[in-house]
Amino acid sequence: MTELIEFISNNIQMIYIVILMIFVGVEVIGHVPAVLHTPLMSGANAIHGVVIIGAILVLLGVNPENYLGQALGFVAVLLGTLNVVGGFVVTDRMLEMFKKKK
Amino acid sequence: MEYIFSLEFIYLIASMTYILGLKMLGKPESARKGNLIAAAGMSIAILGTIFLYQGEVPTFIYVLIGTAILIGTIIGWMIAKKVAMTKMPELVSLFNGMGGASAALIGLIEFEHYTGKTLSIATIVAGIIIGSISFSGSMIAWAKLNGTLKKPLRLPKYNLLNNLVIISLIIFAAFIAWSGSDSQLLLYVLFFVALAYGILFVLPIGGADMPVVISLLNSFTGLAAALGGFLYGNMVMLTGGILVGSAGTILTFAMCDAMNRSLVNVIFGSFGSSDEQMGDMDSQTITGSIKKTTVSDVAILMNYSQRIIIVPGYGLAVAQAQHAIHELEQLLASKDIEVKYAIHPVAGRMPGHMNVLLAETNVDYDKLVEMEDVNPEFKNTDVVFVVGANDVVNPAAHTNPSSPIFGMPILEVENAKNIIINKRSMNPGYAGIENELFYNQKTSMLFGDAKSVIQSLISELKGM
Repeated sequence: MTELIEFISNNIQMIYIVILMIFVGVEVIGHVPAVLHTPLMSGANAIHGVVIIGAILVLLGVNPENYLGQALGFVAVLLGTLNVVGGFVVTDRMLEMFKKKK
Repeated sequence: MEYIFSLEFIYLIASMTYILGLKMLGKPESARKGNLIAAAGMSIAILGTIFLYQGEVPTFIYVLIGTAILIGTIIGWMIAKKVAMTKMPELVSLFNGMGGASAALIGLIEFEHYTGKTLSIATIVAGIIIGSISFSGSMIAWAKLNGTLKKPLRLPKYNLLNNLVIISLIIFAAFIAWSGSDSQLLLYVLFFVALAYGILFVLPIGGADMPVVISLLNSFTGLAAALGGFLYGNMVMLTGGILVGSAGTILTFAMCDAMNRSLVNVIFGSFGSSDEQMGDMDSQTITGSIKKTTVSDVAILMNYSQRIIIVPGYGLAVAQAQHAIHELEQLLASKDIEVKYAIHPVAGRMPGHMNVLLAETNVDYDKLVEMEDVNPEFKNTDVVFVVGANDVVNPAAHTNPSSPIFGMPILEVENAKNIIINKRSMNPGYAGIENELFYNQKTSMLFGDAKSVIQSLISELKGM
Protein backbone atom coordinates (compact mmCIF):
# COMPACT_ATOMS: atom_id res chain seq x y z
CA MET A 1 0.00 0.00 0.00
CA THR A 2 2.70 2.49 0.99
CA GLU A 3 4.48 1.47 -2.18
CA LEU A 4 1.42 2.34 -4.21
CA ILE A 5 1.02 5.75 -2.57
CA GLU A 6 4.68 6.43 -3.10
CA PHE A 7 4.31 5.41 -6.73
CA ILE A 8 1.41 7.78 -7.21
CA SER A 9 3.17 10.71 -5.60
CA ASN A 10 6.33 10.04 -7.59
CA ASN A 11 4.43 9.94 -10.84
CA ILE A 12 1.73 12.46 -10.17
CA GLN A 13 2.55 14.46 -13.31
CA MET A 14 2.22 11.44 -15.55
CA ILE A 15 -1.05 10.50 -13.89
CA TYR A 16 -2.37 13.97 -14.62
CA ILE A 17 -1.34 13.60 -18.26
CA VAL A 18 -3.00 10.19 -18.53
CA ILE A 19 -6.29 11.50 -17.18
CA LEU A 20 -6.28 14.63 -19.30
CA MET A 21 -5.28 12.77 -22.47
CA ILE A 22 -8.15 10.34 -22.00
CA PHE A 23 -10.53 13.29 -22.16
CA VAL A 24 -8.72 14.84 -25.11
CA GLY A 25 -9.01 11.55 -27.02
CA VAL A 26 -12.73 11.30 -26.33
CA GLU A 27 -13.27 14.94 -27.24
CA VAL A 28 -11.28 14.77 -30.47
CA ILE A 29 -13.17 11.74 -31.78
CA GLY A 30 -16.57 12.75 -30.45
CA HIS A 31 -18.00 14.67 -33.38
CA VAL A 32 -16.41 13.06 -36.39
CA PRO A 33 -18.68 12.16 -39.32
CA ALA A 34 -18.85 8.45 -40.09
CA VAL A 35 -17.30 9.23 -43.49
CA LEU A 36 -13.97 9.78 -41.83
CA HIS A 37 -13.99 6.88 -39.40
CA THR A 38 -11.76 4.66 -41.50
CA PRO A 39 -9.07 7.30 -42.14
CA LEU A 40 -9.30 8.33 -38.51
CA MET A 41 -8.76 4.79 -37.29
CA SER A 42 -5.87 4.45 -39.70
CA GLY A 43 -4.36 7.73 -38.52
CA ALA A 44 -4.73 6.76 -34.87
CA ASN A 45 -3.13 3.45 -35.80
CA ALA A 46 -0.10 5.31 -37.16
CA ILE A 47 0.16 7.47 -34.04
CA HIS A 48 0.45 4.52 -31.69
CA GLY A 49 3.51 3.65 -33.72
CA VAL A 50 5.12 6.07 -31.24
CA VAL A 51 6.03 2.83 -29.50
CA ILE A 52 9.04 2.91 -31.83
CA ILE A 53 10.56 5.55 -29.54
CA GLY A 54 10.59 2.92 -26.78
CA ALA A 55 12.15 0.40 -29.14
CA ILE A 56 14.90 2.88 -30.08
CA LEU A 57 15.55 3.67 -26.41
CA VAL A 58 15.88 -0.05 -25.70
CA LEU A 59 18.49 -0.48 -28.41
CA LEU A 60 20.37 2.66 -27.36
CA GLY A 61 20.59 1.41 -23.81
CA VAL A 62 21.14 -2.28 -24.46
CA ASN A 63 24.26 -3.95 -23.17
CA PRO A 64 26.70 -4.51 -26.11
CA GLU A 65 27.09 -8.11 -24.88
CA ASN A 66 23.39 -8.80 -24.87
CA TYR A 67 22.91 -10.26 -28.33
CA LEU A 68 19.38 -11.53 -27.74
CA GLY A 69 18.40 -8.06 -26.55
CA GLN A 70 19.93 -6.50 -29.66
CA ALA A 71 18.15 -8.92 -31.97
CA LEU A 72 14.79 -8.39 -30.30
CA GLY A 73 15.38 -4.63 -30.21
CA PHE A 74 16.21 -4.64 -33.89
CA VAL A 75 12.96 -6.46 -34.66
CA ALA A 76 11.06 -4.07 -32.37
CA VAL A 77 12.41 -1.00 -34.20
CA LEU A 78 11.67 -2.62 -37.56
CA LEU A 79 8.08 -3.46 -36.61
CA GLY A 80 7.58 -0.04 -35.07
CA THR A 81 8.79 1.61 -38.29
CA LEU A 82 6.37 -0.51 -40.31
CA ASN A 83 3.56 0.67 -38.04
CA VAL A 84 4.54 4.34 -38.34
CA VAL A 85 5.45 4.57 -42.03
CA GLY A 86 2.78 2.18 -43.31
CA GLY A 87 0.15 3.81 -41.11
CA PHE A 88 0.81 7.38 -42.19
CA VAL A 89 1.31 6.57 -45.88
CA VAL A 90 -1.88 4.54 -46.12
CA THR A 91 -3.88 7.22 -44.30
CA ASP A 92 -2.54 9.79 -46.72
CA ARG A 93 -3.54 7.61 -49.65
CA MET A 94 -7.08 7.37 -48.34
CA LEU A 95 -7.35 11.09 -47.75
CA GLU A 96 -5.80 12.03 -51.07
CA MET A 97 -8.99 10.70 -52.66
CA PHE A 98 -11.22 12.92 -50.60
CA LYS A 99 -9.43 15.98 -51.90
CA LYS A 100 -10.35 15.45 -55.51
CA LYS A 101 -13.85 16.83 -55.15
CA LYS A 102 -14.67 19.76 -57.39
CA MET B 1 21.06 19.85 -19.35
CA GLU B 2 20.59 21.79 -22.51
CA TYR B 3 20.20 18.59 -24.47
CA ILE B 4 17.63 17.13 -22.14
CA PHE B 5 15.69 20.32 -22.33
CA SER B 6 15.60 20.29 -26.10
CA LEU B 7 14.53 16.64 -26.36
CA GLU B 8 11.74 17.29 -23.88
CA PHE B 9 10.77 20.25 -26.01
CA ILE B 10 10.67 18.14 -29.18
CA TYR B 11 8.45 15.63 -27.38
CA LEU B 12 6.13 18.43 -26.35
CA ILE B 13 5.83 19.63 -29.94
CA ALA B 14 5.29 16.04 -31.14
CA SER B 15 2.54 15.45 -28.56
CA MET B 16 0.82 18.59 -29.75
CA THR B 17 1.00 17.47 -33.38
CA TYR B 18 -0.75 14.21 -32.45
CA ILE B 19 -3.65 16.01 -30.82
CA LEU B 20 -3.86 18.60 -33.57
CA GLY B 21 -3.47 15.97 -36.29
CA LEU B 22 -6.18 13.76 -34.85
CA LYS B 23 -8.47 16.75 -34.50
CA MET B 24 -7.88 17.80 -38.10
CA LEU B 25 -8.46 14.23 -39.28
CA GLY B 26 -12.02 14.71 -38.12
CA LYS B 27 -12.86 17.23 -40.84
CA PRO B 28 -12.81 16.40 -44.56
CA GLU B 29 -11.14 19.69 -45.54
CA SER B 30 -8.26 19.46 -43.11
CA ALA B 31 -7.91 15.69 -42.78
CA ARG B 32 -4.97 15.20 -45.09
CA LYS B 33 -3.01 18.05 -43.59
CA GLY B 34 -3.74 16.69 -40.12
CA ASN B 35 -2.25 13.35 -41.03
CA LEU B 36 0.88 15.01 -42.40
CA ILE B 37 1.27 17.15 -39.29
CA ALA B 38 1.11 14.09 -37.05
CA ALA B 39 3.60 12.35 -39.33
CA ALA B 40 5.97 15.31 -39.09
CA GLY B 41 5.66 15.27 -35.31
CA MET B 42 6.45 11.56 -35.28
CA SER B 43 9.53 12.11 -37.46
CA ILE B 44 11.06 14.78 -35.24
CA ALA B 45 10.32 12.68 -32.15
CA ILE B 46 12.15 9.71 -33.68
CA LEU B 47 15.11 11.77 -34.92
CA GLY B 48 15.33 13.61 -31.62
CA THR B 49 15.36 10.34 -29.67
CA ILE B 50 18.24 9.01 -31.73
CA PHE B 51 20.42 12.10 -32.04
CA LEU B 52 19.84 13.74 -28.69
CA TYR B 53 20.37 10.57 -26.67
CA GLN B 54 22.78 11.02 -23.81
CA GLY B 55 25.18 8.26 -23.06
CA GLU B 56 27.85 6.18 -24.66
CA VAL B 57 26.44 4.19 -27.52
CA PRO B 58 28.64 1.95 -29.68
CA THR B 59 28.50 2.83 -33.38
CA PHE B 60 27.13 -0.56 -34.41
CA ILE B 61 24.00 0.11 -32.35
CA TYR B 62 23.37 3.18 -34.46
CA VAL B 63 23.91 1.07 -37.57
CA LEU B 64 21.42 -1.45 -36.20
CA ILE B 65 18.79 1.25 -35.58
CA GLY B 66 19.40 2.88 -38.94
CA THR B 67 19.11 -0.43 -40.79
CA ALA B 68 15.89 -1.37 -38.99
CA ILE B 69 14.32 1.99 -39.76
CA LEU B 70 15.46 1.88 -43.37
CA ILE B 71 14.08 -1.62 -43.99
CA GLY B 72 10.85 -0.82 -42.14
CA THR B 73 10.38 2.39 -44.12
CA ILE B 74 10.90 0.73 -47.49
CA ILE B 75 8.63 -2.24 -46.76
CA GLY B 76 5.96 -0.17 -45.01
CA TRP B 77 5.95 2.40 -47.79
CA MET B 78 5.67 -0.21 -50.51
CA ILE B 79 2.88 -2.19 -48.88
CA ALA B 80 0.92 0.97 -48.14
CA LYS B 81 1.31 2.30 -51.69
CA LYS B 82 0.49 -0.93 -53.44
CA VAL B 83 -2.52 -2.22 -51.55
CA ALA B 84 -5.96 -2.01 -53.17
CA MET B 85 -8.43 0.20 -51.38
CA THR B 86 -10.79 -2.70 -50.78
CA LYS B 87 -8.01 -4.26 -48.69
CA MET B 88 -7.75 -1.29 -46.36
CA PRO B 89 -9.19 -2.84 -43.20
CA GLU B 90 -6.84 -5.81 -43.15
CA LEU B 91 -3.87 -3.54 -43.74
CA VAL B 92 -4.74 -1.38 -40.76
CA SER B 93 -4.99 -4.60 -38.78
CA LEU B 94 -1.57 -5.74 -40.01
CA PHE B 95 0.16 -2.47 -39.07
CA ASN B 96 -1.64 -2.46 -35.76
CA GLY B 97 -0.23 -5.90 -35.02
CA MET B 98 3.29 -4.67 -35.78
CA GLY B 99 2.96 -1.94 -33.18
CA GLY B 100 1.65 -4.42 -30.62
CA ALA B 101 4.54 -6.79 -31.26
CA SER B 102 7.01 -3.94 -30.91
CA ALA B 103 5.54 -3.03 -27.52
CA ALA B 104 5.70 -6.63 -26.33
CA LEU B 105 9.35 -7.01 -27.42
CA ILE B 106 10.34 -3.87 -25.52
CA GLY B 107 8.90 -5.44 -22.38
CA LEU B 108 10.77 -8.70 -22.95
CA ILE B 109 14.12 -6.90 -23.19
CA GLU B 110 13.57 -4.41 -20.38
CA PHE B 111 12.37 -6.98 -17.83
CA GLU B 112 15.83 -7.85 -16.50
CA HIS B 113 16.72 -4.19 -15.84
CA TYR B 114 13.89 -3.66 -13.41
CA THR B 115 14.04 -6.79 -11.23
CA GLY B 116 12.73 -6.08 -7.76
CA LYS B 117 10.89 -2.89 -8.66
CA THR B 118 7.39 -4.25 -8.33
CA LEU B 119 5.43 -1.53 -10.08
CA SER B 120 7.86 -1.16 -12.97
CA ILE B 121 7.69 -4.91 -13.50
CA ALA B 122 3.90 -4.72 -13.32
CA THR B 123 4.01 -2.06 -16.07
CA ILE B 124 6.31 -4.25 -18.15
CA VAL B 125 4.24 -7.43 -17.86
CA ALA B 126 1.06 -5.48 -18.58
CA GLY B 127 2.73 -4.10 -21.70
CA ILE B 128 3.80 -7.59 -22.77
CA ILE B 129 0.32 -9.02 -22.28
CA ILE B 130 -1.53 -6.21 -24.06
CA GLY B 131 1.02 -5.92 -26.86
CA SER B 132 1.05 -9.67 -27.51
CA ILE B 133 -2.75 -9.93 -27.52
CA SER B 134 -2.88 -7.02 -29.91
CA PHE B 135 -0.30 -8.65 -32.16
CA SER B 136 -1.70 -12.17 -32.41
CA GLY B 137 -5.29 -10.91 -32.41
CA SER B 138 -4.54 -8.51 -35.25
CA MET B 139 -2.91 -11.26 -37.26
CA ILE B 140 -6.02 -13.43 -36.91
CA ALA B 141 -8.23 -10.46 -37.85
CA TRP B 142 -6.00 -9.87 -40.85
CA ALA B 143 -6.25 -13.51 -41.93
CA LYS B 144 -10.01 -13.46 -41.49
CA LEU B 145 -10.46 -10.33 -43.56
CA ASN B 146 -8.31 -11.42 -46.46
CA GLY B 147 -10.08 -14.73 -46.57
CA THR B 148 -7.29 -17.02 -45.39
CA LEU B 149 -9.40 -17.91 -42.39
CA LYS B 150 -12.96 -18.17 -43.54
CA LYS B 151 -14.97 -19.85 -40.84
CA PRO B 152 -15.08 -18.75 -37.26
CA LEU B 153 -13.38 -21.46 -35.28
CA ARG B 154 -14.95 -22.38 -32.00
CA LEU B 155 -13.43 -24.62 -29.43
CA PRO B 156 -15.96 -26.26 -27.15
CA LYS B 157 -16.98 -23.87 -24.36
CA TYR B 158 -14.74 -21.22 -25.85
CA ASN B 159 -16.11 -18.40 -23.69
CA LEU B 160 -15.34 -20.27 -20.49
CA LEU B 161 -11.96 -21.34 -21.84
CA ASN B 162 -11.03 -17.81 -22.90
CA ASN B 163 -12.05 -16.35 -19.58
CA LEU B 164 -10.03 -18.96 -17.71
CA VAL B 165 -6.98 -18.21 -19.86
CA ILE B 166 -7.17 -14.44 -19.37
CA ILE B 167 -7.77 -14.75 -15.62
CA SER B 168 -4.85 -17.12 -15.16
CA LEU B 169 -2.77 -14.82 -17.33
CA ILE B 170 -3.47 -11.88 -15.02
CA ILE B 171 -2.82 -13.93 -11.89
CA PHE B 172 0.40 -15.24 -13.41
CA ALA B 173 1.49 -11.70 -14.34
CA ALA B 174 0.70 -10.45 -10.84
CA PHE B 175 2.75 -13.32 -9.42
CA ILE B 176 5.75 -12.38 -11.59
CA ALA B 177 5.52 -8.73 -10.53
CA TRP B 178 5.01 -9.27 -6.81
CA SER B 179 7.29 -12.25 -6.27
CA GLY B 180 10.23 -10.20 -7.50
CA SER B 181 11.18 -13.11 -9.69
CA ASP B 182 13.85 -12.52 -12.30
CA SER B 183 13.09 -15.69 -14.23
CA GLN B 184 13.26 -15.14 -17.98
CA LEU B 185 11.55 -18.51 -18.43
CA LEU B 186 8.42 -17.34 -16.60
CA LEU B 187 8.44 -14.17 -18.65
CA TYR B 188 8.55 -16.04 -21.95
CA VAL B 189 5.80 -18.40 -20.78
CA LEU B 190 3.72 -15.30 -20.06
CA PHE B 191 4.53 -13.93 -23.50
CA PHE B 192 3.46 -17.09 -25.32
CA VAL B 193 0.29 -17.58 -23.28
CA ALA B 194 -0.66 -13.97 -24.07
CA LEU B 195 -0.06 -14.63 -27.76
CA ALA B 196 -2.26 -17.71 -27.53
CA TYR B 197 -4.95 -15.70 -25.80
CA GLY B 198 -4.99 -13.14 -28.63
CA ILE B 199 -5.66 -15.99 -31.05
CA LEU B 200 -8.35 -17.57 -28.88
CA PHE B 201 -9.93 -14.16 -28.38
CA VAL B 202 -10.40 -13.30 -32.05
CA LEU B 203 -10.93 -16.78 -33.57
CA PRO B 204 -14.57 -17.24 -32.53
CA ILE B 205 -15.60 -13.76 -33.65
CA GLY B 206 -17.30 -13.59 -37.04
CA GLY B 207 -15.89 -11.71 -40.01
CA ALA B 208 -18.65 -9.10 -39.86
CA ASP B 209 -17.42 -7.97 -36.48
CA MET B 210 -13.75 -7.67 -37.45
CA PRO B 211 -13.81 -3.85 -37.78
CA VAL B 212 -14.92 -3.60 -34.17
CA VAL B 213 -12.19 -6.03 -33.15
CA ILE B 214 -9.53 -4.14 -35.08
CA SER B 215 -10.62 -0.87 -33.53
CA LEU B 216 -10.48 -2.47 -30.09
CA LEU B 217 -7.03 -3.94 -30.70
CA ASN B 218 -5.98 -0.54 -32.04
CA SER B 219 -6.73 1.02 -28.69
CA PHE B 220 -4.95 -1.92 -26.99
CA THR B 221 -1.77 -1.11 -28.86
CA GLY B 222 -2.18 2.53 -27.85
CA LEU B 223 -2.38 1.40 -24.25
CA ALA B 224 0.70 -0.80 -24.64
CA ALA B 225 2.64 2.16 -26.05
CA ALA B 226 1.47 4.31 -23.14
CA LEU B 227 2.67 1.69 -20.64
CA GLY B 228 6.09 1.92 -22.29
CA GLY B 229 5.90 5.68 -21.83
CA PHE B 230 5.07 5.22 -18.16
CA LEU B 231 8.02 2.90 -17.71
CA TYR B 232 10.54 5.31 -19.24
CA GLY B 233 8.84 8.48 -18.07
CA ASN B 234 8.72 9.25 -21.79
CA MET B 235 6.07 11.88 -22.36
CA VAL B 236 5.62 11.49 -26.10
CA MET B 237 4.92 7.76 -25.81
CA LEU B 238 2.57 8.42 -22.93
CA THR B 239 0.55 11.13 -24.67
CA GLY B 240 0.46 9.39 -28.06
CA GLY B 241 -0.45 6.04 -26.55
CA ILE B 242 -3.17 7.29 -24.23
CA LEU B 243 -4.61 9.49 -26.97
CA VAL B 244 -4.99 6.52 -29.30
CA GLY B 245 -6.16 4.27 -26.47
CA SER B 246 -8.99 6.61 -25.56
CA ALA B 247 -9.87 7.70 -29.11
CA GLY B 248 -9.81 4.07 -30.25
CA THR B 249 -12.16 3.04 -27.45
CA ILE B 250 -14.65 5.75 -28.42
CA LEU B 251 -14.41 4.71 -32.05
CA THR B 252 -15.05 1.10 -31.07
CA PHE B 253 -18.22 2.08 -29.25
CA ALA B 254 -19.30 4.28 -32.18
CA MET B 255 -18.97 1.28 -34.48
CA CYS B 256 -20.92 -0.98 -32.14
CA ASP B 257 -23.58 1.71 -31.95
CA ALA B 258 -23.92 1.91 -35.71
CA MET B 259 -24.56 -1.83 -35.78
CA ASN B 260 -26.78 -1.77 -32.74
CA ARG B 261 -24.59 -4.27 -30.93
CA SER B 262 -22.97 -4.08 -27.57
CA LEU B 263 -19.26 -4.72 -27.29
CA VAL B 264 -19.98 -7.62 -24.94
CA ASN B 265 -22.22 -9.09 -27.60
CA VAL B 266 -19.48 -8.81 -30.21
CA ILE B 267 -16.90 -10.51 -28.04
CA PHE B 268 -18.99 -13.16 -26.32
CA GLY B 269 -22.00 -13.29 -28.60
CA SER B 270 -22.46 -15.43 -31.59
CA PHE B 271 -24.39 -13.69 -34.32
CA GLY B 272 -22.42 -12.39 -37.23
CA SER B 273 -21.13 -15.83 -37.89
CA SER B 274 -23.24 -18.48 -36.27
CA ASP B 275 -25.24 -21.15 -37.95
CA GLU B 276 -27.13 -22.04 -34.78
CA GLN B 277 -29.24 -19.00 -35.40
CA MET B 278 -30.45 -20.36 -38.70
CA GLY B 279 -32.48 -22.99 -36.89
CA ASP B 280 -35.06 -20.70 -35.40
CA MET B 281 -34.89 -18.46 -38.43
CA ASP B 282 -36.61 -21.22 -40.40
CA SER B 283 -39.78 -20.95 -38.38
CA GLN B 284 -40.24 -17.42 -39.63
CA THR B 285 -39.11 -17.81 -43.20
CA ILE B 286 -40.77 -15.14 -45.22
CA THR B 287 -43.31 -16.39 -47.68
CA GLY B 288 -43.99 -14.78 -50.99
CA SER B 289 -42.35 -14.81 -54.33
CA ILE B 290 -39.55 -12.78 -55.71
CA LYS B 291 -39.75 -10.90 -58.95
CA LYS B 292 -36.83 -11.10 -61.35
CA THR B 293 -36.05 -8.39 -63.80
CA THR B 294 -33.68 -7.89 -66.71
CA VAL B 295 -31.03 -5.35 -67.51
CA SER B 296 -33.04 -3.75 -70.30
CA ASP B 297 -36.13 -3.34 -68.11
CA VAL B 298 -34.04 -1.65 -65.45
CA ALA B 299 -32.40 0.57 -68.08
CA ILE B 300 -35.80 1.72 -69.32
CA LEU B 301 -37.02 2.31 -65.79
CA MET B 302 -33.95 4.37 -64.97
CA ASN B 303 -34.11 6.30 -68.21
CA TYR B 304 -37.58 7.59 -67.35
CA SER B 305 -36.84 8.38 -63.72
CA GLN B 306 -36.18 11.72 -62.15
CA ARG B 307 -34.56 10.72 -58.90
CA ILE B 308 -32.38 7.70 -58.37
CA ILE B 309 -30.60 6.70 -55.20
CA ILE B 310 -27.81 4.14 -55.30
CA VAL B 311 -27.23 2.04 -52.19
CA PRO B 312 -23.74 0.56 -52.43
CA GLY B 313 -22.68 -2.32 -50.21
CA TYR B 314 -19.57 -4.37 -49.78
CA GLY B 315 -20.71 -6.61 -52.62
CA LEU B 316 -20.01 -3.67 -54.90
CA ALA B 317 -16.46 -3.44 -53.67
CA VAL B 318 -15.90 -7.19 -53.90
CA ALA B 319 -17.02 -7.11 -57.53
CA GLN B 320 -14.64 -4.14 -58.08
CA ALA B 321 -17.64 -2.31 -59.50
CA GLN B 322 -16.99 1.08 -57.92
CA HIS B 323 -15.69 2.53 -61.20
CA ALA B 324 -18.61 1.11 -63.16
CA ILE B 325 -21.15 2.55 -60.74
CA HIS B 326 -19.52 5.97 -61.00
CA GLU B 327 -19.77 5.76 -64.79
CA LEU B 328 -23.44 4.82 -64.50
CA GLU B 329 -24.04 7.71 -62.14
CA GLN B 330 -22.42 10.20 -64.55
CA LEU B 331 -24.32 8.79 -67.50
CA LEU B 332 -27.61 9.17 -65.64
CA ALA B 333 -26.68 12.67 -64.53
CA SER B 334 -26.02 13.61 -68.16
CA LYS B 335 -29.65 12.65 -68.82
CA ASP B 336 -30.71 15.18 -66.18
CA ILE B 337 -31.53 12.51 -63.66
CA GLU B 338 -30.69 13.32 -60.08
CA VAL B 339 -28.44 10.60 -58.67
CA LYS B 340 -27.20 10.22 -55.11
CA TYR B 341 -25.51 7.57 -53.07
CA ALA B 342 -27.02 6.54 -49.76
CA ILE B 343 -24.23 5.58 -47.40
CA HIS B 344 -25.03 3.48 -44.37
CA PRO B 345 -22.57 4.05 -41.53
CA VAL B 346 -21.43 0.43 -41.57
CA ALA B 347 -21.51 -0.13 -45.32
CA GLY B 348 -18.35 -1.87 -46.37
CA ARG B 349 -16.08 -3.45 -43.82
CA MET B 350 -15.49 -0.42 -41.65
CA PRO B 351 -17.42 2.73 -40.90
CA GLY B 352 -16.59 5.10 -43.71
CA HIS B 353 -15.03 2.37 -45.81
CA MET B 354 -17.60 2.83 -48.58
CA ASN B 355 -16.81 6.53 -48.75
CA VAL B 356 -13.13 5.76 -49.21
CA LEU B 357 -13.92 3.26 -51.95
CA LEU B 358 -16.17 5.67 -53.83
CA ALA B 359 -13.81 8.58 -53.33
CA GLU B 360 -11.20 6.44 -55.06
CA THR B 361 -13.26 6.68 -58.23
CA ASN B 362 -13.67 10.47 -57.92
CA VAL B 363 -17.32 10.39 -56.94
CA ASP B 364 -18.34 13.85 -55.81
CA TYR B 365 -18.18 14.16 -52.08
CA ASP B 366 -21.58 15.93 -51.97
CA LYS B 367 -23.26 13.02 -53.72
CA LEU B 368 -22.53 10.72 -50.80
CA VAL B 369 -25.43 11.23 -48.46
CA GLU B 370 -25.44 9.85 -44.95
CA MET B 371 -28.26 7.78 -43.59
CA GLU B 372 -30.11 10.36 -41.49
CA ASP B 373 -30.14 12.83 -44.39
CA VAL B 374 -31.15 10.40 -47.08
CA ASN B 375 -33.92 8.50 -45.31
CA PRO B 376 -36.59 11.22 -45.69
CA GLU B 377 -35.75 11.42 -49.40
CA PHE B 378 -36.67 7.86 -50.32
CA LYS B 379 -40.38 8.56 -50.62
CA ASN B 380 -39.66 11.04 -53.42
CA THR B 381 -37.34 8.66 -55.18
CA ASP B 382 -38.30 6.84 -58.36
CA VAL B 383 -35.70 4.11 -58.27
CA VAL B 384 -33.49 2.79 -55.53
CA PHE B 385 -30.67 0.71 -56.90
CA VAL B 386 -29.23 -1.55 -54.20
CA VAL B 387 -25.87 -3.02 -55.21
CA GLY B 388 -24.37 -5.70 -53.02
CA ALA B 389 -25.99 -4.45 -49.84
CA ASN B 390 -28.36 -6.51 -47.74
CA ASP B 391 -28.53 -6.17 -43.98
CA VAL B 392 -28.37 -2.35 -44.08
CA VAL B 393 -31.66 -2.26 -46.03
CA ASN B 394 -33.44 -5.08 -44.19
CA PRO B 395 -36.80 -3.83 -42.84
CA ALA B 396 -36.69 -6.57 -40.21
CA ALA B 397 -34.54 -4.16 -38.22
CA HIS B 398 -37.72 -2.11 -37.76
CA THR B 399 -40.44 -4.70 -37.79
CA ASN B 400 -39.21 -7.98 -36.36
CA PRO B 401 -38.23 -7.82 -32.67
CA SER B 402 -36.85 -11.35 -32.79
CA SER B 403 -34.41 -10.49 -35.57
CA PRO B 404 -30.78 -10.22 -34.47
CA ILE B 405 -30.51 -6.88 -36.24
CA PHE B 406 -33.68 -5.49 -34.65
CA GLY B 407 -33.10 -1.88 -33.70
CA MET B 408 -30.22 -1.31 -36.08
CA PRO B 409 -30.78 1.91 -38.02
CA ILE B 410 -31.30 1.08 -41.68
CA LEU B 411 -31.75 2.81 -45.00
CA GLU B 412 -35.51 2.95 -45.49
CA VAL B 413 -35.45 2.04 -49.17
CA GLU B 414 -38.89 0.39 -48.96
CA ASN B 415 -40.38 3.90 -49.15
CA ALA B 416 -39.17 4.42 -52.70
CA LYS B 417 -41.38 3.83 -55.71
CA ASN B 418 -39.24 1.11 -57.26
CA ILE B 419 -36.57 -0.99 -55.70
CA ILE B 420 -33.98 -2.75 -57.83
CA ILE B 421 -31.72 -5.13 -55.97
CA ASN B 422 -28.59 -6.44 -57.57
CA LYS B 423 -27.19 -9.54 -55.90
CA ARG B 424 -25.25 -12.50 -57.11
CA SER B 425 -27.73 -14.96 -55.64
CA MET B 426 -30.40 -15.27 -52.98
CA ASN B 427 -27.83 -15.99 -50.29
CA PRO B 428 -28.54 -14.05 -47.12
CA GLY B 429 -26.12 -11.27 -46.16
CA TYR B 430 -23.30 -11.27 -43.69
CA ALA B 431 -25.61 -11.55 -40.73
CA GLY B 432 -27.26 -14.60 -42.30
CA ILE B 433 -30.76 -13.18 -42.06
CA GLU B 434 -33.58 -13.43 -44.57
CA ASN B 435 -34.57 -10.11 -46.07
CA GLU B 436 -38.28 -9.52 -46.62
CA LEU B 437 -37.44 -6.56 -48.80
CA PHE B 438 -36.72 -9.03 -51.60
CA TYR B 439 -40.36 -10.15 -51.45
CA ASN B 440 -41.73 -6.62 -51.46
CA GLN B 441 -44.22 -5.79 -54.23
CA LYS B 442 -42.07 -2.90 -55.38
CA THR B 443 -38.88 -4.93 -55.48
CA SER B 444 -37.33 -6.45 -58.57
CA MET B 445 -34.27 -8.63 -58.30
CA LEU B 446 -31.50 -8.18 -60.84
CA PHE B 447 -29.22 -11.17 -60.38
CA GLY B 448 -25.65 -11.21 -61.57
CA ASP B 449 -22.16 -9.98 -60.86
CA ALA B 450 -22.36 -6.29 -59.93
CA LYS B 451 -19.67 -5.18 -62.35
CA SER B 452 -21.00 -6.91 -65.45
CA VAL B 453 -24.61 -6.00 -64.64
CA ILE B 454 -23.73 -2.33 -64.27
CA GLN B 455 -21.66 -2.38 -67.43
CA SER B 456 -24.53 -3.82 -69.47
CA LEU B 457 -26.83 -1.24 -67.88
CA ILE B 458 -24.49 1.46 -69.08
CA SER B 459 -24.42 0.19 -72.65
CA GLU B 460 -28.23 -0.21 -72.69
CA LEU B 461 -28.67 3.33 -71.39
CA LYS B 462 -26.21 4.72 -73.91
CA GLY B 463 -28.35 3.32 -76.70
CA MET B 464 -31.45 5.17 -75.49
